[in-house]
Amino acid sequence: MIEFILNDKKIKTDANKSMTLVDFIRENRSLKGTKIVCREGDCGACTVMVGELSDDKESIKYHSITSCISPLANAKGKHVVTVEGLNIGNKLNKIQQSIKDNYASQCGFCTPGFVVAMANYCLNDNSKTEQQMLDAISGNICRCTGYVSIINAAKELVENSKHKGQKFTLQQLVNQGFIPEYFINILDRLVAIKKEHFVEGETIIAGGTDLYVQKADELVQASKLRYITLEQGQSVVVEDNRFSISGIATVSDLFENQELNKRIPHLQDYLRLLSSEVIRNMATIAGNFVNASPIGDMSAFFLALDATLLIAKRNETRQVKLKDFFLDYKKTDLSESESIAKLWFNLPSNNCFFNFEKVSKREHLDIATVNTAIHIEIDNENRVVVCDLSVGGVAAIPLYLKQTCLFLLNKKISNKLIKEMMEVMNKEIFPISDVRGSSDYKRLLANQLVKAHFIKLFPRIVKFGEVA
Amino acid sequence: MKNIDANGHVRGESLFIDDILTKQHSLHAVVFCSDIAHANNLSLDISKAQELTGVEKVIVAKDIPGENQIGGILLDEHLLAEDEIHFQGMPLAIVVAESQFIAKQARKLIKVNYNELPIITTAKQAHIKKHYINPARSFQAGKVNEAFTKCKYVFSDETFSNGQEHLYLETQGAYAEKMENGCIKLMSSTQGPTVVQRIAARVLGVPMHKIEVDVTRLGGGFGGKEDQATPWACMVALATHMLNKPVKLVLDRHDDLKMTGKRHPYESTFKIGLDEGFKIKAFEVEFLQNSGAAADLSPAIAERTLFHATNSYFIPNVKTIVHSCKTNLPPNTAFRGFGGPQGKYVIESAIAKAATELNVPAWKIQQANLLQENDKFYYGQKAEKVEANNTWIQLDKAININQVEQEIQAFNVSNQQHKKGMAVMPICFGISFTNTPMNHARALVHIYQDGSVGISTGAVEMGQSVNTKMLQVAQQIFSINADLLKLETTNTTRVANTSPTAASATADLNGKALMKACNALVKRLKYVAAEELSVGIDTIKLINNWVYINNEKTALNWKELIFKAFWKRICLTENAHYATPIINFDKGKEKGHPFAYHVYGTALIQTTVDCLRGTYQIDRVDIVHDFGKSMNLGVDLGQVEGALAQGVGWMTMEEIAYNDDGRLLSNTLSTYKIPDVFSVAKEIRVIPLETEGNDMAILKSKAVGEPPLMYGIGVYFALANAIKAFNPDYKIKFHSPMTPEKVLMGLYEETT
Repeated sequence: MIEFILNDKKIKTDANKSMTLVDFIRENRSLKGTKIVCREGDCGACTVMVGELSDDKESIKYHSITSCISPLANAKGKHVVTVEGLNIGNKLNKIQQSIKDNYASQCGFCTPGFVVAMANYCLNDNSKTEQQMLDAISGNICRCTGYVSIINAAKELVENSKHKGQKFTLQQLVNQGFIPEYFINILDRLVAIKKEHFVEGETIIAGGTDLYVQKADELVQASKLRYITLEQGQSVVVEDNRFSISGIATVSDLFENQELNKRIPHLQDYLRLLSSEVIRNMATIAGNFVNASPIGDMSAFFLALDATLLIAKRNETRQVKLKDFFLDYKKTDLSESESIAKLWFNLPSNNCFFNFEKVSKREHLDIATVNTAIHIEIDNENRVVVCDLSVGGVAAIPLYLKQTCLFLLNKKISNKLIKEMMEVMNKEIFPISDVRGSSDYKRLLANQLVKAHFIKLFPRIVKFGEVA
Repeated sequence: MKNIDANGHVRGESLFIDDILTKQHSLHAVVFCSDIAHANNLSLDISKAQELTGVEKVIVAKDIPGENQIGGILLDEHLLAEDEIHFQGMPLAIVVAESQFIAKQARKLIKVNYNELPIITTAKQAHIKKHYINPARSFQAGKVNEAFTKCKYVFSDETFSNGQEHLYLETQGAYAEKMENGCIKLMSSTQGPTVVQRIAARVLGVPMHKIEVDVTRLGGGFGGKEDQATPWACMVALATHMLNKPVKLVLDRHDDLKMTGKRHPYESTFKIGLDEGFKIKAFEVEFLQNSGAAADLSPAIAERTLFHATNSYFIPNVKTIVHSCKTNLPPNTAFRGFGGPQGKYVIESAIAKAATELNVPAWKIQQANLLQENDKFYYGQKAEKVEANNTWIQLDKAININQVEQEIQAFNVSNQQHKKGMAVMPICFGISFTNTPMNHARALVHIYQDGSVGISTGAVEMGQSVNTKMLQVAQQIFSINADLLKLETTNTTRVANTSPTAASATADLNGKALMKACNALVKRLKYVAAEELSVGIDTIKLINNWVYINNEKTALNWKELIFKAFWKRICLTENAHYATPIINFDKGKEKGHPFAYHVYGTALIQTTVDCLRGTYQIDRVDIVHDFGKSMNLGVDLGQVEGALAQGVGWMTMEEIAYNDDGRLLSNTLSTYKIPDVFSVAKEIRVIPLETEGNDMAILKSKAVGEPPLMYGIGVYFALANAIKAFNPDYKIKFHSPMTPEKVLMGLYEETT
């Protein structure tokens, strides 16, 4: 039995917990505003808002997700809002009006997804920047408009949802015609829903962003699934001079963590390249490791942070370095019944530099052709003290460049060194040709992106004109 | 006027096929298709699938009561494979079950046997083996061979432009219900309701009047639902016919990508000759169109390629030929531009080639050759009301092309890692179906006795706001409030024998028919009013819901007038027909006057390449576009912006990939990327050219759907210019799309 609130309606259902949320919404509830386009989280037509109680049960935090790759189980105890749940009587809400006024809806198939994503922005944001609005709709694809009119509508909303620089209260949002009135009482109604735990099975589903893309039909038939309900909150903490990240932490948990953003400048820019906001809200870091794609962005990222995994099996735990975790193509050091409970990495010191590079056919939200990350520490004489360098897309696994890192240690950074380093690296990588690029291209690209680390991090020493 | 569908769209209330609340006992179908590209001796074992609980029937070719034939232009395509398989994704059987989920499970239980045959995937391979869909078409003007001998400069090269996935957000689908007496009502997401009706009747072996096709709207079409919406509608018609229950079939995205055709890839060779003043004196091109496994619309698309082979330029001596090459890929089909973009890509490549070899900016060659008033297109039509030069001049006034070029040169001198490149892209696109007999439409208008109005036309709403434009036409003529007017669904029982919504011409054709219908009704109403008010009919005017005598408002309003007319037994319904005048084309001589008019425009595209990573961005696009006198600038700007994005996608990130076995590799949204909100040019400015408009266009407002897609072609050349600025050894390949891979490899390629 799953209990949650769908728009204004309390739902108590015996429906298959592993069916996708969008199928429940469209088929079981006949709410047809939420559209299906890709069933892989790549288009945002099925975007819904999910509100969950804060830890203190004083407020609700809303975020947007793609309902096509999210199990119904994850709706448990939450407020799910579809486009119908944003309609105010026969009128248009502010978001809807803005889309209409700007001619930002042509065929209309993507429109409900945009409406929900923009509504989520209006419900949440404090500083009201255009960047945040673009983030909010970054997962929404439109094939008709070319986005110009949508961006115009979005900008208008950014302007209109400002209130003396402050976030609107829920009541103000209702008064201003952004959302319908029933939102006010959702808090009390959510508090009243009891949370039950599901029986545990073997296959773990947390965000589901990968499993539902790969085998949604199988999941619906599977009997033993173990749901780990996502809850936003305290999943990234600093303890014992290291960052500790729980197994169910999502990419958004990283994105929003202030301490992490301080320690890794540009963190948000990197994460923006990887996934849209809707996917960041669901995708777990651990899931990206377990998928073991040779091009996993989070794998490359955390290899360079030399992360350690805590692997759990019932009451037993063991530790393994991420760089030892990937064994072969899509094979990891994770046996049945084991799961990643936690991962951690040392707090980057003040002398340390971090950079992430990724190139794909489309700059944003595309599977990388090559990705790479570096974590490097130098002394006063520009000598490399610590170096962890990873590259994805050039081998069967996300690659930690062991030899290259060893080569760099204790050497002084120079243009010459970078060129020499390339020779070492080129012996470590073995790209193959596939739909994302030829092996020649991937090799050249890996070279260029690794050079990019040094050009970006040490602009006074390493010059584009010297090494490119 | 805003898009009249906007309220439904933003509230999630607009209905698409998959949103229809199905009737009780409805069944669901999925398509079982081939996973190899070429075979014969096909046999299917459907026994296991038939036995699965919840499966109603697995339908195969021999179950078809009529003809197993869905070809339009040529009769060369089976609905379901019989003995032979011609492409991966070819439908072999239809699984009908209580739910889509069960149908999908059953689909996995079908076993196939066949004898595999060698395959062809590229146009060139097919050309070598003389594997064609139909005989080649060739147009010519002047004396090409002789002209080349007199040219100071002659260059030749090869080009490739890749296919493009439509990626309409709403996948293909249809829902069928059985009515009494063997009739079937089909709800289809199609651009061509009459095509669906005709082919479904053929497949079932029934007269067309037994099939009613109803279309509310499409979640995007872009040409992909002109001919290729038909098979799925025929399948549900067939299933309903056999099983006597309503049947729904909505392809999931993977099936849609795998089973449907795309924009045609073209491999072409050109030869261009110029005089010392850079006037193009001769141009010769051979187009190899990769048509896929069946004709579909390929011959018509090939024809339009020829029509647009010289783009906006006047060239006195031209010879073009196009071969529609038969390959083992899904039959390729219409896509916004309909072969025009592929034609323009080659002439622009030829100009770029000449520019590179002569070391002059391409835009100087482009400008020197722009079409002038009364020039003759090489297919015989006289160029009238030409705006090629005007759009160029207006653009130059708005942004100063020469100055932009100098700024880019200065930037490139002072920047190492980033290089900029620009290109100008003029367009000229002919409006009308090139197949003259298709240029007609009808409108049916009912004024109900309460004064409200229902309008039916043959136009299909697919996001282009054609219904909004139709409503504007009626509103202007009746001069009544918009809320009295309603656009009905597009339905073959109300408007029959329609041409598909295509060729950018739908608003013109249906709008003109609607004007005639509305004018006829107004004439009758004026007669009633004149009689009622005892004045001459010529003094009566209808203005803002009221009847006027000359300029004086009377006490008679629209609603009362209608009611009086009704009691006087005046006919409040009108059906009108419009056929484009003047146009003609002689396919024997390949000469004529095929187009009602042409649409013009010029764009300047500026890009920046990151020479470290091979990535790039489009900095800005400035366009002067010839809308005629736009009847709805908000809607029309949306068409330009949307088409531009599709053109840019075609030229940059959208890369269709088939492997040597004919399997589509770019078969998901994670492997086929279309532009997202971040890939839009940082600045886009669209300036309407001020003109008086064209009387052949609806309310002088020119067709706008397809032409602006071709501005996107300029991006390819702008990026090539940026690469060249970094790497003087770079040889432009004329091989689109310009992916980051091609950019990076180009940046670092060495002279061989």
